[in-house]
Amino acid sequence: MTLSMNTPDFLIERNRERCINCQVCVRQCANEAHGWDAEEEKIFSQDALCVNCHRCVTMCPTHSLSIRKFPLEFRENANWTASTMKAIYKQAETGGILLTGMGTDRPYPVYWDQLLLNASQVTNPSIDPLREPMELKTFLGRKPEQLRVINGKLAEALPPQLELDLPIMFSAMSFGSISLNVAKSLAQAAETLGTFYNTGEGGLHEDLYKYGKNTIVQVASGRFGVHSEYLNAGAAIEIKIGQGAKPGIGGHLPGEKVGVEVSRTRMIPEQSDAISPAPHHDIYSIEDLTQLIFSLKEATNYEKPVIVKIAAVHNVSAIASGIARAGADIIAIDGFRGGTGAAPLRTRDSVGIPIELALAAVDSRLREEGIRNQVSLVVGGSIRNSTDIIKAIALGADAVYVASSALLALGCHMCQKCYTGKCNWGIATQRPELVKRLNPEIGAERATNLLKAWEHEVKEILGGMGINAIESLCGNRLMLRGIGLSDRELNILGVLAAGE
Amino acid sequence: MKRVYAREEVCMGCKLCEVYCATAHSEYPLDLVKAFLKQKMKPLPRILVEYNLSISFALQCRHCDEAPCTKACITGAMQKDSVTGIVSNDERRCVGCWTCILVCPFGAIGRDNQGHKVASKCDLCSNVADQTDTESFSNVPVCVQNCPNRALQFMDSVVEGEE
Amino acid sequence: MLREGDVRIPSGCAISGIINRSGQVFSGEDILQSIALMHDRSNGLGGGFAAYGIYPEYEDYYAFHLYYEGAEGREQTESYLNYFFHVAESGEIPTKKTRSIKNPPLAWRYFVRPKPSYLLEEENEDEFVVRSVMYINAECKGAFVVSSGKNMGAFKGVGYPEDIGEYFCLDKYHGYSWTAHGRFPTNTPGWWGGAHPFTLLDWSIVHNGEISSYGANRRFLEMYGYKLSMQTDTEAITYAFDYLVRKQQLPMDVAIATLAAPFWRDIERMNSEKRALLKAVRAMYGNLLMNGPFSIILGSSQGLIALNDRLKLRSMVAATKGEFLYLASEESAIREVCPQPEKVWAPRGGEPVIATLEKRGVQGYDTEYEYAGLSY
Ligand code: SF4
Ligand code: SF4
Ligand code: SF4
Ligand code: SF4
Repeated sequence: MTLSMNTPDFLIERNRERCINCQVCVRQCANEAHGWDAEEEKIFSQDALCVNCHRCVTMCPTHSLSIRKFPLEFRENANWTASTMKAIYKQAETGGILLTGMGTDRPYPVYWDQLLLNASQVTNPSIDPLREPMELKTFLGRKPEQLRVINGKLAEALPPQLELDLPIMFSAMSFGSISLNVAKSLAQAAETLGTFYNTGEGGLHEDLYKYGKNTIVQVASGRFGVHSEYLNAGAAIEIKIGQGAKPGIGGHLPGEKVGVEVSRTRMIPEQSDAISPAPHHDIYSIEDLTQLIFSLKEATNYEKPVIVKIAAVHNVSAIASGIARAGADIIAIDGFRGGTGAAPLRTRDSVGIPIELALAAVDSRLREEGIRNQVSLVVGGSIRNSTDIIKAIALGADAVYVASSALLALGCHMCQKCYTGKCNWGIATQRPELVKRLNPEIGAERATNLLKAWEHEVKEILGGMGINAIESLCGNRLMLRGIGLSDRELNILGVLAAGE
Repeated sequence: MKRVYAREEVCMGCKLCEVYCATAHSEYPLDLVKAFLKQKMKPLPRILVEYNLSISFALQCRHCDEAPCTKACITGAMQKDSVTGIVSNDERRCVGCWTCILVCPFGAIGRDNQGHKVASKCDLCSNVADQTDTESFSNVPVCVQNCPNRALQFMDSVVEGEE
Repeated sequence: MLREGDVRIPSGCAISGIINRSGQVFSGEDILQSIALMHDRSNGLGGGFAAYGIYPEYEDYYAFHLYYEGAEGREQTESYLNYFFHVAESGEIPTKKTRSIKNPPLAWRYFVRPKPSYLLEEENEDEFVVRSVMYINAECKGAFVVSSGKNMGAFKGVGYPEDIGEYFCLDKYHGYSWTAHGRFPTNTPGWWGGAHPFTLLDWSIVHNGEISSYGANRRFLEMYGYKLSMQTDTEAITYAFDYLVRKQQLPMDVAIATLAAPFWRDIERMNSEKRALLKAVRAMYGNLLMNGPFSIILGSSQGLIALNDRLKLRSMVAATKGEFLYLASEESAIREVCPQPEKVWAPRGGEPVIATLEKRGVQGYDTEYEYAGLSY
C-alpha cells in the first residue's frame, strides 16, 4: 500500500446535544459515511465518504446534522487551486480520466442573469393575468411555407405538431442513468401539465407506455431499446446527436446500473456496460442525417414530428441551419451548462458554448435564411427559473427543455455523483433500496408544482409586458436589455444595452 | 374502521415512523430530544419496520375485528373499543404475562421490560391524543403523519370482509 | 436626436374614417372636421390622411407620393423611377402656405407603371412596386415614399392633422373613402415620413395604440423581406396585412383572425372545421398576433376595415347612415359630421367592422363577417 493524498472534501458536523442515536442517518447514507458503533452505542461518521448530498441532513428528525466544506487549506495559490491540485492527486493515484455528473460548476458567465426584462408603463397597459386569459399554448413542428384556405376551410392539415399547454418540456434522461421512479414521476407530471417528457436513449419501460401521448422517444447512437413499437409509442421522435454537458462524446452506462429492468428495456445483457458511440455510425454527414430523419418518419407513417438534438458548439448556427434543411421538424439545442448522468470532467467543463449565445445565433441565422418559421426551436442546458424561460423565448426559442431543475424538484442536491450509482435521493441509481426512496406519486406532484409555479410567474411577467399570448414573446428581443455585457456580446444576443 | 396500511414499494426503511411513534408514547410526546435523551427509560415504538435490503415495510397492530389478543388476555387489560374498534392495552391492568404476544397472528405486540412489565402495542395514537390535548394526533396517527415517503396510509379497510 | 426609424417612439393617437359604400365621392372636408374635433388627442407632432378614389384619371397607374429632404434624393429617385417605370405624369403636390406648418419637405407625386421587362420571373407589378418602395426608402438619400397605391394617396406631416389637411388642400380632393390620424408621440424628432397613415400599395393604416408584440411581429416580417425602417406599429400592421393577404393569399377573415386571434378558450368551443383552421392559423402565424392595445382602420381600394385588439384596450366607435360608415376614436368625432346616425356602436375587441365597396361586390374582402350595419 502506498500513501493516499486524497483528503476529505466535506466535514460532517453532528450536534451531540440533539442527536438521539436513532440511526436514521446511518440507514440513509448509501455512501456509508455514518456508522453505528454498537459497542460504544454511539453514532460516528467518516468525512471522507461524504459527498454532501444532504440526504442525512434532511432526514435527521432532530436537525442535528450539517455538512461543511472540509476546513483543510492548502497554501494560498491563485493558480494552483485546491481543486486543481486534488485532481492531480486523484489522477496520479488512479491513472484514469476524471468523471463527474450534472452540469459544469465552473464560474462561467450566465447570460440569463445579464438580461433584463421590460414592462409596460403609461403608453400601453399591463395585463392582469387574474382577469384576462394569458395564453401559453405552443405548437412544435414543421410549418409549411403557406397555409392553404379554401372556402373558409383548411385545405391541408398542418404537418404533425406537438401541442404544449405550456412551453416547458422535460428533457431527455435515460432509464438507466435515472431510476424508473424518476421517469414515472416526470411522465405523470407531463400528462397532468399537458406537456412532454423524453425517454433519453434508455428505451421505454413497459410501465411507461401508457404515457405515450406525452412521451418523446429518443434515438441515440447506441440505439438502445429502439424497435417499431417504441418508435410508435411516443408523440415525437428525437434523434440525439449531442448533449450539452459532453459534446462530441458518447454515453457510458456502467454495468452495475444494468439490472433486469434496464437490460430488458434497453435490450442488452444484464450487467453489461451500455456504450453509446460518440457519433452515430450511420451519420457521418448532413445527408446521412436526412436519411435517418426520413427513415424514422417512414417507420412511423409520417405521423410524428422528428426532433434533432445537438449540443451548442462553436458553429452551432450553421449546423442548425443544415438540420433545418435536412428535414428536422424541431431543433433542440443543449447548452454547455446542461446536466448529465456521467461525463468526463474536463469535457464537461471546457467543451461547448452557453445556450444563450447559441440560441441567439441560431435564431438570427435561421431568420436571415428565412426558414425560422418552418422549424421549431427548443433550448435547454440549465434553465433554472421562470425568467430564464421568458428570456429564452424572447431570444427566439419556442419552448425550453428542463432536466436539472426537474431533478432538483425531485430531491437532487447537485452533489454531482450521479455516475456512482449511489444517489441517496433515488434519482441517479438503480439500486432498488435507493430507487424506492423516490415515491413517483410525490415526485409527480413536485415536478407538477414546480412547472405550475413557473407557469404562474411567466404569466405574471408577460402581463406586465402587456402581452397575453406567448407567441408575441417569441423572438421579441425588444423585451430584453443587456447589463454588463460587451458590445460584441450584445451584438450576438441581438439586444440593446440597458438604458438604450 | 380506519387502519394504517403500509406500502412496501415506497417504504425506504428509514424508521422515522418508529422514532415518532416512540416519542408520541413517551413522557415527552412532542419533544424528540427530551423523549430520547431525558427520559430514563428508552422510549419504545409500537410500530416495527421490517427491513432486509430493498424489502422494507412498517408493521403494527391490525386492530382485528375478532382480535385473538383480547380473547386471550388473562386480566381483561386488552380490549377492543366497541365504538372506535381500536384494540388497546390498559397498561395499569396488564401483568406482563405475554399471552397476547403468543396469540397475535401478526407479531404486532412488543414487550416493555423496562419497568413494570407490560405488553406494548399500537393504539392508533388514541391515548396520545388524550394525553397531549393535541387535536391532530387523534385524526392521523403520528407514524402516518411523519412518514416522509407516504409509505403509510390511514384509511378505511381494504381487506374484504373486514370492518 | 435620432429620428423615427432609428428609434422606436411610443405614442397615443386619434383616428377617424369615413366611407361611402356605393363609391360616391365626397370632399375631404368631412374627415378634416371629424379629426379636428379630437384635437386634444394629438399634440401637433403628427397628422395625416389617406384618400381613396382621388385620382380617377390615372386609375391604372401607381400614384407615388414622395417627400424629399433635398435635391439629391429627388435626383436619385427620379432616375430610378425613369429607369424602371413608365412615368405618365409627375409634379409637385399642391400645397397652401399655412403659418402652423414649419419646414415641410418637398412633396412630389408620380403616376407610374413598371416597365414589364424589369419584372423578375414570376414577379407581378405589385411585387415590383413593393420592392421599389423598399429600395427608395432605404437607398435614396432623404427620399421617402408616402404612398404608392392606385387611385389613392396619403398626405401627412408634422403638425396637427387639421393643419396638415389645410396645407395639402384636402378640401379640393374628392374620394369615396377617407381615413385620418392625429398623433401624440411621447417624444419625436418631428420627421414628416414618420407621421401616419402608413401605406404600402393601396393599403393604408391609421392606428392608435402601442403593440407590445412589435419585436416579435417585426422579426417575423423581416424574414420575408420587409424592411421596417420606421420602427412603428403601423408599419408592422401594414406589412402583416400585406404578407397575409397578398403574399400568403389568405382570405381577409384569416388575416383578421391572425392579428386579433380568438382566445384558445373560444377556439375550443368552435366547430371542428373552424377549430382546425384557427389552430393552424395560430400555430403558423402566431408571431403576427398583435398583442397590446390598438385600434386600427385599414383602408384599401376595396373598402375599410376597423379592428380592435382582442382585449379592446383602445377606444373605437362605429356608426352608419345610409351608404356611409363612420369610424372614430370618439363618438363625438362622428356626430360632428353626421349628427344623426342611424346606428352607433362600440365594436367588441377582436371583432372587425368591415365596409366593402358595393361596386367591388359585397364579398370584396372575401370575409365571413357581415357588413357592420347589417349584422347588428
Ligand atoms: S439521524 Fe440525526 S438524530 Fe438520528 S442518529 Fe443521525 S444524527 Fe442522530
Ligand atoms: S453523503 Fe449525503 S447522506 Fe451521506 S453523510 Fe454525506 S450528506 Fe449525509
Ligand atoms: S417512516 Fe415510512 S418510509 Fe420510513 S420506515 Fe417508516 S414506513 Fe418506511
Ligand atoms: S398508530 Fe400511533 S401507536 Fe400505532 S404504530 Fe402508528 S404511531 Fe404507533
